[in-house]
Amino acid sequence: MKFERKLKLELKKLAGVCALACVASLGTLSMTGNAMAQASSDVIRIGLITDMSGVYSDLDGAGGAEAINMAIEKMGKSINGKKIELLVADHLNKPDVAAATAREWFDTKGVDLLIGGTNSGTSLSMSKVATEKKKLFISIGAGSSAITNEQCAPYTLHYAYDTAALAKGTGTAVVKSGGKSWYFLTADYAFGTQLQTDAANVVKASGGTVVGSVRHPLSASDFSSFLLQAQASKAQILGLANAGGDTINSIKAANEFGITKTMKLAGLLMFINDIHSLGLNATQGMYLTDSWYWNKDAEARAWSIPFFKKFKRMPSSLQAADYSAALQYLMAVKAIDSRDTDKVLAQMKKTKINDIYTKGGYIRGDGLMVHDMYLMQVKTPAQSTEPWDYYNVMQTFKGEEAWNTKAESRCALWK
Amino acid sequence: MTEIFGIPIQALLGQLLLGLVNGSFYAMLSLGLAVIFGLLGIVNFAHGALYMVGAYVAWGCLEWLGLNYWLALLVAPLIVGLLGALIERLFLKRLYQLDPLYGLLLTFGLALIIEGVFRDSFGSSGQQYPVPEVLQGATNLGFMILPNYRAWVIVASLGACFSTWFLIEKTSLGATLRAGTENPRLVQAFGINVPLMVTLTYAGGAALAGLAGVLAAPVIQLTPLMGSNLIIVVFAVVVIGGMGSIMGSILTGVLLGLLEGLTKVFYPEASNIVVFVIMVIVLVLRPAGLFGKEK
Repeated sequence: MKFERKLKLELKKLAGVCALACVASLGTLSMTGNAMAQASSDVIRIGLITDMSGVYSDLDGAGGAEAINMAIEKMGKSINGKKIELLVADHLNKPDVAAATAREWFDTKGVDLLIGGTNSGTSLSMSKVATEKKKLFISIGAGSSAITNEQCAPYTLHYAYDTAALAKGTGTAVVKSGGKSWYFLTADYAFGTQLQTDAANVVKASGGTVVGSVRHPLSASDFSSFLLQAQASKAQILGLANAGGDTINSIKAANEFGITKTMKLAGLLMFINDIHSLGLNATQGMYLTDSWYWNKDAEARAWSIPFFKKFKRMPSSLQAADYSAALQYLMAVKAIDSRDTDKVLAQMKKTKINDIYTKGGYIRGDGLMVHDMYLMQVKTPAQSTEPWDYYNVMQTFKGEEAWNTKAESRCALWK
Repeated sequence: MTEIFGIPIQALLGQLLLGLVNGSFYAMLSLGLAVIFGLLGIVNFAHGALYMVGAYVAWGCLEWLGLNYWLALLVAPLIVGLLGALIERLFLKRLYQLDPLYGLLLTFGLALIIEGVFRDSFGSSGQQYPVPEVLQGATNLGFMILPNYRAWVIVASLGACFSTWFLIEKTSLGATLRAGTENPRLVQAFGINVPLMVTLTYAGGAALAGLAGVLAAPVIQLTPLMGSNLIIVVFAVVVIGGMGSIMGSILTGVLLGLLEGLTKVFYPEASNIVVFVIMVIVLVLRPAGLFGKEK
């Protein structure tokens, strides 16, 4: 008897504690709810999470943030009386940091649009958070084609370029101009091997052959050994399936060791900043594919000059894409006067994109923004007439032509 | 053509020569570390940053002052040496009584700060530095084309290594230096300014890193992170050679360069870990390193 009564008492206490806990947690829930409502009711927030301090920070970084600010200014800094605000964070090239920051921003800062900068790993991790929170995520600097294929997601858009488009552009053009036999110098990790596979397929499909390849470790200190192996293959074209510092060091060594006298180089992922740091002497005549060039037309040029005055370097294609993505989002918000993710996304999907970045671009079912890509050839020092005057635009890949097709797509949402 | 394990002997010779070029870089960087550790007992994690500063000084000399490569070879080690002296006087001096870990942490922190400042001022995508005119072009050796600049790198860095070794091991200045680190009080009693000598030693090690930076500037992407990419390998070289052994670090640097060159032919994917595999084996079999003495 005694024992039973004691048990009942204990149970009552327990129930009481439970109830208290429930009330408390409800309280905190509604409090965060309020905070969220407050955070996002009168301000439109765009978040940029990118590499602000590491190897890719010149491609996007502070320049990317400035480009988004330029879009905000173009919209008059507010829409229908609501102020537009930009938050910027450094993901340090770590997917876990990117995901944690994204989660915090969605939960407590009321971020409406998240823009992800360079580095594919971070974009894939942020895409998952955005899907969970049902918020719009636009990946800009990441190259992995997985973002709109195996790992495509309902609220994730891929904006500037992917490995498939780069391989298609440079691969077909080089084979067409006579570079039939290829040898690949490939960075030994997922991105490098993916790029090599994509490019090798394109080369074979256009009638070329792949003679061989050598894999180098990421951030290798010296490329001369790999290059001598490449040269021994007697291939006409050396395809560089690597990025950033590795590409730069391969090209430097290729010039130094006279590889460029017997082989032509094809950079599969190169940005204008890489060309700038190598100089035209080392890069002249190279082919590369990019989504935008600051001097491609008068409109792009006019947009780039103020940027140059501020940063002492011309904007990269990624920075122009940052501007375009933010601008298109803000125009959609203005058009429907709502920040509801589904409504904004629907509006963006039915609107053609026409701005300094692209003409007639549109968002496809897999989340890819379909736009023209350009094949460039690097100018000789004699052809270059002003600072950052580096490319001749050789060919335009119109719309769908540049990207993988619906038949090739591996995105489950687009079938 | 004669072949060894399916590799033409000519290609093998080429790879060995390239290994020698990389090895002489390793030797020069690990030498500076070995001098600083051997004489001061400091694990100098700022070495990579100092190497980077050396390369940037060379670039700045050309860009802003119009000083050519040969002058930069003199100016950059001097400036980096001064920076080293400053670091020793301001910070490291206070840590000699403490556990070596403190020195390691301090220099690691300094390296992060120096790299951060450079990244902020110069960006991350790198600068251009041309090969000096006299050394442009390449020589055909029959089995490979050797760029003249790389040949110069071998000569210059081995020259710097052996003069440092000679200075420390064979001159009376070197003898005093070694005595001063062995028993500072006694040497001070002879009227020798030991703290000054210690400062000069650290400055000297730093200057070697600066010199390596100038030699690297024309051939490696000149970025604020160029040092941190290299420093871990160089530390492995020092550990394999025997912490503090001067001749050991020179020989190990060259040997590992050659070994890495061979790995690049037979199994390229492993070329960046081969040094660490060797390090593990050496630490198991000879914990003091190949040329180190058990204490």
